[in-house]
Amino acid sequence: MNGIHDLGGMTCFGPVRREEGEPIFHADWERRVFGMNLAALAFLGPVDRARHAIERMDPVEYLTTTYYEHWLAALVTMAKDLGYVTEQEIETGRLVGIKPTPFRAPNAEAIEGLVRHGMPATRDDARADPAFAVGDRVRARNIEVAGHTRLPRYVRGKVGVVAARHGSHVFPDTAAHDRGENAQPLYTVRFDARELWGDNVERRDCVYIDLWEDYLAPATSRPRT
Amino acid sequence: MSDHEHDHDHPHGAPPSPYHRSERTGDRNKELTERVNKLESLLIAKGLVAKDALDKLIEIYEHDLGPMNGAKVVARAWVDPDYKRRLLEDATGAIAELGFGGLQGEHMVVVENTPKTHNVVVCTLCSCYPWPVLGLPPAWYKDAAYRSRIVIDPRGVLREFGTALDDDIEVRVWDSSAEVRYLVLPERPAGTDHVSEAELAARVDRDAMIGVTRVSPP
Repeated sequence: MNGIHDLGGMTCFGPVRREEGEPIFHADWERRVFGMNLAALAFLGPVDRARHAIERMDPVEYLTTTYYEHWLAALVTMAKDLGYVTEQEIETGRLVGIKPTPFRAPNAEAIEGLVRHGMPATRDDARADPAFAVGDRVRARNIEVAGHTRLPRYVRGKVGVVAARHGSHVFPDTAAHDRGENAQPLYTVRFDARELWGDNVERRDCVYIDLWEDYLAPATSRPRT
Repeated sequence: MSDHEHDHDHPHGAPPSPYHRSERTGDRNKELTERVNKLESLLIAKGLVAKDALDKLIEIYEHDLGPMNGAKVVARAWVDPDYKRRLLEDATGAIAELGFGGLQGEHMVVVENTPKTHNVVVCTLCSCYPWPVLGLPPAWYKDAAYRSRIVIDPRGVLREFGTALDDDIEVRVWDSSAEVRYLVLPERPAGTDHVSEAELAARVDRDAMIGVTRVSPP
């Protein structure tokens, strides 16, 4: 989907505002929302589904709420979508029914293990031969995606150069929607500022962005440099 | 340096970033507190969240993880050329040598600042960030203002952080769109030849490892 979360390249939000001595959490509810999202990840995940739940927020609400309000919205959306809670339960706080979970919720020890070991996105059983090599010119495909994607609008249709390969990674566009992990080669692609932002751009800036193989096609024209 | 000195670089009348526009009022905080309390009770009662796991997570991310970890990686790379080589070749492995890794740091890449190259990290689509080495991100990193503009106007954004870059320096913006997480290896400041590794680590702050500032000389 082409959502409000896809912010790259907009210039309308004013200066970056910093907060001196910013605490890690601004309120206790932020702590609880952060913790609940990770503690329930085993039932609500994968992470791609969590990101898509945020992307589906009302755009005005998205821009006028804080980060942990986004996480709260995602938590509620996922728990409802998966049938674990109802809107009525959330509003009243009164438990009506319980949908059994496939296993017990991870305890503190299991959670410490998750934090320490992480959840690698790489898969061994993936496509054997990467289509592109470092130095290849590639075009980020201009494709319409109905659901979740990690192909931002600002690179679609643009030509860049493969800067690195990262093995095969789970593909968010399918993983977010229970359509399989579809692991495939992931590349870092370099795009020059002029290619991304316009023919009148002179500055020596560039963007490196990680793109999956299904997002890329061989480039048939030279990038503008 | 003050936060808001550089506003004159920008069009007047532009709205402040959403985080500041929507700073939580007492009423909204109360509403959120009540909503979150109800949700927490429900998720625990339904067996989706274990209370001890929730408390453990908050403890880890509020106390154990933070930019002090990344600073140790940077300082080690500054004093040990072999370590630096390993860090640039296989960041995940080299960072694990110092005992750091895990969630949101499974696939690390370290990018090196040089006199001719300046690196800066963002996640335009959400707010991906290398938790094991930097902890949880500051609000500005998650704001629309930073995420939207750093890719198109990195020099302007860096100026707001007090970082002026000559025109002949190439600015590389790393947009963390996948599960690879980026850490900037800042340039070692001049005049620190005889400074110990621990003292060097104490000089390296979060913003320099995101790439919005440099590490200042003593």
